[in-house]
Amino acid sequence: MKKGIILAVAVCLLSGVLFAQGAASGDKNKPIKIGAIFSVSGPASFLGAPEEKTVRMLVDKINAEGGVLGHKVEVIVKDSGGSPEKAVSFAKQLSEEEKVLAIIGPSTSGETMQIKQLCEENKMLLISCAAAEKIVNPVAKYVFKTPQKDSQAVTWIFQTMKDKGISKIAVVSSNDGFGAAGKGCLEEMAKPAGIEILANEVYDKQATDLTDILTKVKSVAGVQAVVNWSIVPAQSIVAKNMKQIGLNVPLFQSHGFGNPLYAAKAGVAAEGTLFPAGRLLVVDELPADHPQKALLAAYKKDYESKYKEDVSTFGGHAYDALLVVLEGIKKAGTLDRDKVRDAIENLKGLAGTAGVFNMTPEDHTGLALDAFEMLTVKDGKFTIYKK
Amino acid sequence: MGSEILILQYLLSGITKGSIYAMVAIGFNLIFSATGVLNFAQGEFVMLGGMIAVTLSFYFPLPVAVAGAVVIVACIGCLLELLFFRPLRHHSILHMIIITIGLSIVIQEAALHIWDEKVRSLPYFTGNEISSVKIYGAAISPQVLWVLGTITVSVILLHIFLRYTLQGRAMRACSSNPEAAMLAGINISNMRTLAFGLSAALGALGGCVISPITMTQYEAGAPLAIKGFAAAILGGLGNPMAAVAGGLLIGIIEAFSVSKLPAAYNDVSAFAILLLVLFIRPHGLFGSPSGQGVREF
Repeated sequence: MKKGIILAVAVCLLSGVLFAQGAASGDKNKPIKIGAIFSVSGPASFLGAPEEKTVRMLVDKINAEGGVLGHKVEVIVKDSGGSPEKAVSFAKQLSEEEKVLAIIGPSTSGETMQIKQLCEENKMLLISCAAAEKIVNPVAKYVFKTPQKDSQAVTWIFQTMKDKGISKIAVVSSNDGFGAAGKGCLEEMAKPAGIEILANEVYDKQATDLTDILTKVKSVAGVQAVVNWSIVPAQSIVAKNMKQIGLNVPLFQSHGFGNPLYAAKAGVAAEGTLFPAGRLLVVDELPADHPQKALLAAYKKDYESKYKEDVSTFGGHAYDALLVVLEGIKKAGTLDRDKVRDAIENLKGLAGTAGVFNMTPEDHTGLALDAFEMLTVKDGKFTIYKK
Repeated sequence: MGSEILILQYLLSGITKGSIYAMVAIGFNLIFSATGVLNFAQGEFVMLGGMIAVTLSFYFPLPVAVAGAVVIVACIGCLLELLFFRPLRHHSILHMIIITIGLSIVIQEAALHIWDEKVRSLPYFTGNEISSVKIYGAAISPQVLWVLGTITVSVILLHIFLRYTLQGRAMRACSSNPEAAMLAGINISNMRTLAFGLSAALGALGGCVISPITMTQYEAGAPLAIKGFAAAILGGLGNPMAAVAGGLLIGIIEAFSVSKLPAAYNDVSAFAILLLVLFIRPHGLFGSPSGQGVREF
């Protein structure tokens, strides 16, 4: 009888140990689940497609190197097609069914604003890849973003204009969220910067030809430069049409021009176009000791050799978003979402593709004005603009 | 810039836009004339033409690429008719129109998967992105002249085909009186397939010549189809010349609307005028009033 009890206890202990071990190794094998909402198709696919490719590439690389804290990383990508409604349902699905640690994306500001509140209420960590200021202002505890702000782009544009002695400009923008946000920003900041907007036109984002609008701009006396705020293909059409009708003033574009393909699409018409962008596009010109140099060069090389297409700043925003989450996990040393959030809020000097991130409880973007560089197109290539 | 030159520049700008709409409208017309179906996938033929030509242009010289794209898209047009419209010909016209809307979505998705989301374009046929032809101080891209030339040649060839060839006459016979055509020994089904193939070919050719101006993307078809449809309606369905006039008119209205109103209103003015015309002449500017005759050329 006694023997029987001892045996039973031993069996219990043994199985207990085995069970515990099983649980522990199960935990170690459990991947870190991260959700991603990108508009891989649809009108914002020029953002979402490189974002998805970048994240898949980066995850493979990280897992090949042993993962994070011994865990593999698993990213679940959802294609929102640029639709805010889909973004909302995917955000719910990712947090309630997939139980992800964090969500990266969405690609556009409109989608991000739709799920900002939802993520905040569910205490779901969200690292957006969209640019609008209102994503992080007012600050939501669980919401961060990686691209530079529209207002920083406008500051750079106006500063460059002043250096060139330009004070009277025309603004043309597309009738979508991106164009409207940029137009608002330009109008608001023009006066304090001493810039006068003489003509201000909005065009259809699917316009096939813009010579009529540019003719109108040309008929306004005294326009010294044109600022265009739109995405492809309109941004290439503006460049071509300006040259065709002989509107020979400098053309400034938004940071949405950050893909070498667009310069190629506008051909020789893009020569001399000025636009603010992150340093990814001019990595070859950076000094060897620049904090972003190694990371940018590696990203560009990996991406271009894997996908046989030019790297764009948009894919870089997703790179940064994943980087921020994983750095947060490493700093926190745990997969507890609140601790990871705290760690992200205190990330300092983290070199990403858009710039060097210095997060604070007040600033959930963490990029300074110097994250931008003024670029221009020379011989069909992007290069740093020198005064 | 003097005001006369300015007006001329707006006019040229309107012609640029209008020629693009006209190119799409001709294709709309042909299928409608032969089958009574408004093919909302016409914009997709234009998109496919551009995309296929861009892909072929990596391997072949430009003229071969364009010709190849036209032939391939024409085959796609015939195939669609054989697969979707022939088995359903006893359904109502409305059913068929709804099928074309479905097809346009399917073709778009297929294009997204075959190619990708990127914007492509063919090189300018003459000159480059910044070259322009000066007319009394106003400027127009040489590519627009290519588009206008293509339209002229297509309309003339279409006219000759429909008036003076046996096949063309048979097609007209099908549209004006299907029963009588059948009794006369014309194979109506084959005529419909031919009409789909021809419009697809015209759409593809249009897609190629406008590609340097507008650029091509998997979802570029739908907005073109809407404007082309408006142009065809404004001109009056059933007449390719009317489609061209309708297209140019819409483009010119848009351009002059921009000169007076904020650019955001240019669709409003174009469609306001379209509605106005339809109130006064429901059959379009150049269409014939009798219901049956609408489908006659």
